[in-house]
Amino acid sequence: MLKRWRQTVTFMDIVVWAIGGLIGVAIVYGTIQTLRAGEYSAEQWINLTIDGLKLGGIYALIALGYTVVYGILRMINFAHSEVFMSGPFTAVFLAMYLDKIDFYNAHPIISLFLVTLLSAAVSVTVALLLERVAYRRLRYAPRLVPLITAIGASFFLQYTFRGFYGNDIETYPNLDALKGIWTIGGIDIPRTDLVVIIAGFLMMLLLYGIVQLTKTGKAMRAVSEDKDVAALMGIDVDRIIVFTFGLGGASAGVAGVLYALLYSNVHFYMGFIPGLKAFTAAVLGGIGNVVGAWLGGTLLGLIETLGPSLFLSGLGIPAADQLKDGIAFTILVLILIFRPTGLLGERLSRTKA
Amino acid sequence: MKTETSSIWKKAISNGLISGALCILVMLVGLVEAFGKTDIISGVITLGDIILLAPIIIMTFPLLRGSTKYPKSTLLGISSVIGFLSGLMITLLILLGQAVDLRPIFVNASPNLYDMLMRGVPLPVGAIIPPIYCMVAAWVILGIFLIPARIRTAVIQGLLWVVILGTLRDQIFLIDAVKGRLITSILKKVIFAQSGMRPLGALIVFAIVAGLSYYSTRRKTVVTVSKPAHIVKRNRIILFAVLAVILLILPYATGLFYSEIFDTTGLFIMMGLGLNIVVGFAGLLDLGYVAFYAIGAYTVGVLTSQLGGLTFWQAFPIALLTAWLAGIILGLPVLRMRGDYLAIVTLGFGEIVRLVVLSDWLKSFLGGTQGIQSIPPPIIGPLALDAVQKLYYLILIGIGIVAFIAWRLKDSHLGRSWMAIREDEDVAQAMGINLVLTKLLAFSTGALFAGLAGTLGATKLTSVYPHSMTFIVSINVLVLIIIGGMGSIPGVFVGALVLVGLPGLLSEFQEYRFWFYGLALVGMMLFRPEGLWPEARRKLELHEAEEIIEPSTNEAASAVQ
Repeated sequence: MLKRWRQTVTFMDIVVWAIGGLIGVAIVYGTIQTLRAGEYSAEQWINLTIDGLKLGGIYALIALGYTVVYGILRMINFAHSEVFMSGPFTAVFLAMYLDKIDFYNAHPIISLFLVTLLSAAVSVTVALLLERVAYRRLRYAPRLVPLITAIGASFFLQYTFRGFYGNDIETYPNLDALKGIWTIGGIDIPRTDLVVIIAGFLMMLLLYGIVQLTKTGKAMRAVSEDKDVAALMGIDVDRIIVFTFGLGGASAGVAGVLYALLYSNVHFYMGFIPGLKAFTAAVLGGIGNVVGAWLGGTLLGLIETLGPSLFLSGLGIPAADQLKDGIAFTILVLILIFRPTGLLGERLSRTKA
Repeated sequence: MKTETSSIWKKAISNGLISGALCILVMLVGLVEAFGKTDIISGVITLGDIILLAPIIIMTFPLLRGSTKYPKSTLLGISSVIGFLSGLMITLLILLGQAVDLRPIFVNASPNLYDMLMRGVPLPVGAIIPPIYCMVAAWVILGIFLIPARIRTAVIQGLLWVVILGTLRDQIFLIDAVKGRLITSILKKVIFAQSGMRPLGALIVFAIVAGLSYYSTRRKTVVTVSKPAHIVKRNRIILFAVLAVILLILPYATGLFYSEIFDTTGLFIMMGLGLNIVVGFAGLLDLGYVAFYAIGAYTVGVLTSQLGGLTFWQAFPIALLTAWLAGIILGLPVLRMRGDYLAIVTLGFGEIVRLVVLSDWLKSFLGGTQGIQSIPPPIIGPLALDAVQKLYYLILIGIGIVAFIAWRLKDSHLGRSWMAIREDEDVAQAMGINLVLTKLLAFSTGALFAGLAGTLGATKLTSVYPHSMTFIVSINVLVLIIIGGMGSIPGVFVGALVLVGLPGLLSEFQEYRFWFYGLALVGMMLFRPEGLWPEARRKLELHEAEEIIEPSTNEAASAVQ
């Protein structure tokens, strides 16, 4: 009896489904309880949704970096969170300088452009250095080796930037042009939030366009299919990989500035949690898939902001907001168990690259 | 030949620029100034100087090694170029720093640093100082490179020991057994200065170490006949006996400061041995390993202090069981994933455990951010193990048991199955290995060991805090087994001593600990993925991969031509 149990996978599946079922029941029960109690107004739900969308926009932008790199190299660029951190942490000094000479609020669009440009440039530089110094030699190494390298690089970069700019939290100056709200269809949306949501969507479209429509994008897809065959077809694989890292770095740099607009604080440790969430988003959407990264990011943002009030407080958990990171990680675990392909992706977590 | 010669010069220039950039990096990160206070030879050279010059060493030596066919004048030329360019870049930074105050951005670009870099010489003349000492450093490296191999090893070892002893000057006098003895005053008068070593002392240490090293390598080359088996065995027994005695008297011979470090290192060794089974033997990268430490520690905390009642030894088996079960419960769903996905999911699990403990939800139970206080010490008979020096023995026993289990498991049927899974899951399954069960056993054994470390850690601190259960601890354990050599049991000890023991000794080190960890991880993976004390099988595996790759790339290259 026991032997048959062990040989078939069904036992594992039973356990896994039991865990999933329990969590599902808890979520439904919690939601019903919350809705019955009716402690939140419709307006509060709308605000939470907007919060979720803007957070999702940022996750989406970072997730794009994970996704394009994973698509090509089949490796999790663990140090991508530091690529994300390096840009805004550097650009904050430019923003502070522009603010000091009264340029920042006098010419908001030019300032924002300059700050974004610097942020993206730094992030791209870090991403390219990372690829050249740490990853290039390991392209054919066993899978754990590049991952461990990436973790090491992540720490190295974190503490390098800490050494450069110090341990303190730097604050972005306020941009008056983005204060206040726009009213769309009777719903008040803070301007910053709308800018972030739209910018995230546009970046996704841009990246999707590059991958699907340009010749370089075609080469990227070819390299992602098979590096050796792509090389035989006359594609410069190194150049494509460098380009991919650059692309991921650029979107991380832009994401960094948007993050800074929303939360204004930047510091050396800012990349870790958003990076992990963005990875979750990439997996949720289906890693390797640009649209999936955006979808996953947006969904994750929504679940994370709505979740605590929607089902955790209904379960009688006090200060449910403290557990919102927990929700994100639980989602990650659940997706990897039940649908490793993500929403739009191919099945990767069990295949052997 | 001419193009080759010009290419070596190009290479020298690019290496020089890279080395200069690295020098600037270590300066701006703050290492040079932070370690500038640690004298190695008093008034001559500091640890900061060595770190500043390290890029030059790294960029010069490999280039020299690849250019043995060139005449010595060329070698002198390229090392001068590298040294000069590095120094030039340092000077440029100083000049820039004098023109504009960089400190609002780069917190470490202080006048103090510039002063240090110019060795206290004021500016117009001071500007030529960095190129000079950088070139001198490059020439020293060339000199070391040119002397015959056997003497070279001796010289390098001598220099290494001077650096180590000079750095650890203060720590040596903290050892209890050395305090107030005649030897201390001799050491202080001859070898050591107020900080670092005296020049004469450095020379003595260098001469002794280099001489011993030279002598021992010469002996080795002459004596080729291996010793008879019984003598080898007897020597080994003597070695073990000496080691055992040293280990037993260690905490009382060295004092409180050292015992604290030994205890911490010991806990990390225990965790390392556990994670070594998961990552090293079975190849399952677990980034949330600290969760099991936390579960062990919290179970003891809750049972003895929070809910009261139990003594340490009553809570102990329950805590181990809880950790083990947690390993199984977390392992069941997670182990169906492979490689990097597993890593991320375990990382997620580690964070979930920490967040749940931190939240208000279970505060009445787990203490929230305040943690759990007043955990009782373990009591054996009349003896309460309530001091670090006494707890040391308990930790020592713990390590002994864990190491023994790990060692026996390694070559057991189970150990072989783990290694088979590590190398190829599909083939392992085809050979009839039950993947789920085997992986679960690895995961839960690792969890058990971490739980053990957790219980001892909780009683050592007499408290548990969620803030001491961060991702960083998991990384710390991972780094130490990777540095030591994945899958290698002695490697865990080496890794823990180097990465936990040493930073514990050097307080200046604490701030840059993770910078060095990151660097060590990347460097190790790039240049020596098998670790410092490699496990034979693992080494073979990593090099086998290289052997397969190289011919195929060669083929590809020839195909292109």
